[in-house]
Amino acid sequence: MAFTRLAETGRPPVAFTVDGIAAEGCEGDTVMVALLTARGHLRREEFGGTPRAGFCMMGACQDCWVRLADGSRIRACTTPLSPGMDIRIDTPEDTWPTLA
Amino acid sequence: MADPRVIVLGAGPAGVRAAQTLVAAGLRPVVIDEAPRAGGQIYRRPPPGFTRSAAALYGTEAGRATAVHEAFDALKAQVDYHPETLAWAIWDGVVHAAKGATALEFPYDALLLATGATDRLMPVPGWDQAGAWSLGAAQIALKAQGCGIGRRVVFAGSGPLLYLVAAQYVKAGAEVAAVLDTAPKSAQIRALPGLMARPAVLAKGLVLRAKLLRAGVPVHQGVTLTRITGSGEADGISWRDARGAEHHIAAEAVALGWHLRPETQLADLAGCALRLDPETRLWLPEIDPDGRSSVPRVYLAGDGARLLGADGAEAAGRLAALAALQDMGRPVSAAEQARLRREIARMDRFRRGLVTAFPWPAAQAAALPDETMICRCEAITAGEIRAAVTGKGAKEINRAKALSRLGMGRCQGRFCGVAGAELIAAAAGCGLDEVGRIRGQAPVKPLPVAATPEGAA
Ligand SMILES: Cc1cc2nc3c(=O)[nH]c(=O)nc-3n(C[C@H](O)[C@H](O)[C@H](O)COP(=O)(O)OP(=O)(O)OC[C@H]3O[C@@H](n4cnc5c(N)ncnc54)[C@H](O)[C@@H]3O)c2cc1C
Ligand code: FES
Repeated sequence: MAFTRLAETGRPPVAFTVDGIAAEGCEGDTVMVALLTARGHLRREEFGGTPRAGFCMMGACQDCWVRLADGSRIRACTTPLSPGMDIRIDTPEDTWPTLA
Repeated sequence: MADPRVIVLGAGPAGVRAAQTLVAAGLRPVVIDEAPRAGGQIYRRPPPGFTRSAAALYGTEAGRATAVHEAFDALKAQVDYHPETLAWAIWDGVVHAAKGATALEFPYDALLLATGATDRLMPVPGWDQAGAWSLGAAQIALKAQGCGIGRRVVFAGSGPLLYLVAAQYVKAGAEVAAVLDTAPKSAQIRALPGLMARPAVLAKGLVLRAKLLRAGVPVHQGVTLTRITGSGEADGISWRDARGAEHHIAAEAVALGWHLRPETQLADLAGCALRLDPETRLWLPEIDPDGRSSVPRVYLAGDGARLLGADGAEAAGRLAALAALQDMGRPVSAAEQARLRREIARMDRFRRGLVTAFPWPAAQAAALPDETMICRCEAITAGEIRAAVTGKGAKEINRAKALSRLGMGRCQGRFCGVAGAELIAAAAGCGLDEVGRIRGQAPVKPLPVAATPEGAA
C-alpha cells in the first residue's frame, strides 16, 4: 500500500499530473515518493501486467522507471519531482508489445 | 612531471577519506559519484529544504556523519568533483561516465574504487509484488524523504540493519508489526566472542533490541519466510516459526534484507580478480591488507571490498589512498599505515562475528519452491532455473543465465544473483565455486539513451 509521510511535512506543495489527473507532491520529493504517497504502484510489469512499485530506492534495481507524456522515461526513485510533470502510468501504450 | 591522475570512484565514507588523504599529499583527485550530494549510503543527505537535524537523521552516528560531510565540503575546492555522474564502464585505464546526457572519459594513473554495497536479497514467494521493498529502501525512504514505506510494516531477513531500520521506524512513529529474523538465536550467542571486538557497537545493537521490546514489537528468530501475501500489492507475510508452526501477519509493506553484498561490477570490469568467500558465500575482490587489487594501480576500499561498516570504510579509504601514494613513490607514514591496519583487523573480527550472528540462509534459498519468482526483472522462476540445470546441464551461472535469462534483466543480477547461485549449486549438486558468478557488464547501470561525448553535441 501507499507510503506514509512521517516527517518533513512542512514543505511547499508541487503540482503535477498522473494520467492527466491533477496530483500534488512536496518540494524535495522524488517522483517515487510523490506517486506512492497517493497510490500503491508505479507501473505494470511487462510480462504479466502485475503492479510494480520499485524495490531498492537507490538506483540499483531499475524497477521504478516511469514514462512522461513526451515519451521519455525516468527512474522514479532518483529523479526529483518538478512542477508540472506529466506522468503516464496506466495508459495502455505503456505495456510492451507481446510477441505472441 | 605532471601530477598523477588519481580517480576516487564513490563519495561515501571510504571515498571521502581517500580523497582527503590524497589532497593532504598534494594531489588533486577526480571524485565521481552518481548521487547529487556526497555522504554515501549511511550518511546520505536529504535534499535541500529538509529540516531534520543530523541527530534526528543519523542517531548515534550523527557526529561521524557530520565529520564526513564537513571533511568533504572542506575538500571541494581541492578535488575535481563530479556529482550526479554515473561511472558505467572501465576499459584500458579509462573510466567511462555519464552526467545526464553528456558522456565523460577519465583516464587515470591510479583508480580507487569505493562503490559501496547494496542489500543482499533472498527471494521470498510473492516478493515481486508492489509493497515488498529492500531493507535499504525502507531506510532511504525515511532518511532521505521522511516517509515510511507503509503505516504498518514487517521487517524480515537477517543482519544488523534489520533491527536498526525497524527501530528507526518505531522512533519515527510507524507501526512495526514484527521483526522476522531467519537466523536462530543460538547463532547470535555463538557470535558473541567475535562481536566483543567492538564492545561499543555490540552495546548499541543490544540497546536497539531493548527499544524494540519496549515498544512491544514482536521479534521472532529462526523463522522461515513462506510467502508475501497479497493480490498484486503486498498485504502481509506468512512464516513458519522455529518449531514449524505457521503464522501470518498483516502489513501494508514488507522490507526484506540479509545484510549487504558488495558492488563489484566496476572492479570486475577493471579486471580485478574476485574470489568466493566461503564464510559469507559471496564473491569478493581479492585485496591485500591495504586495499591493493590484483590489478596494478587499482585499489579497493569500503563496503565494495569488505563489509566493515562505516568506520571501517573510513579507515580502509585512508589506507588504500596511502597504498596508492606509496606505489607512486610518495612518502607515507609507516606508523599511520600500521595504525590503520590494526584498526581494520579489529573491525574485521567484528565483521566475522556478524557473519556468524546473522548467517545467510543458504539452505532456505536452495529450497525455494519452484513457483518463486527469482528474477524480478525478467520474471524467471526457481523452477525454470532448476530446469536449465537439470535439463540442459547448465551448472555454470553464466551458461544458466544464457539458457534461463536469470540475471539478464535491468538489475544485472544484483538482487537475484546470490540466491540464483544457491539454487543452481543445489540442483547441480556442486559448490558455489563451480557455479561461479554473474560477470560484470557495461553499462553497469542503464545510461540515458542519448549520452554523447562531451563537446560532440
Ligand atoms: C541501503 C543501505 C543502508 C545502510 N544503512 C546503514 C546504517 O544505517 N548504519 C550502518 O552502520 N551502516 C549502514 N549501511 C552500511 C554503510 O552504508 C556502509 O558501511 C558505509 O556507507 C560504507 O561506505 P562506503 O564508502 O564503502 O560506501 P557507500 O557509503 O555505499 O558509498 C558508495 C558511493 O559510491 C557511489 N557509486 C557506486 N557505484 C557508482 C557508479 N557506478 N558511479 C558513480 N558512483 C557510484 C554511490 O553513489 C555512493 O555514494 C547501509 C548500507 C546500505 C547499502
Ligand atoms: S527502486 Fe530500484 S532503481 Fe528505483
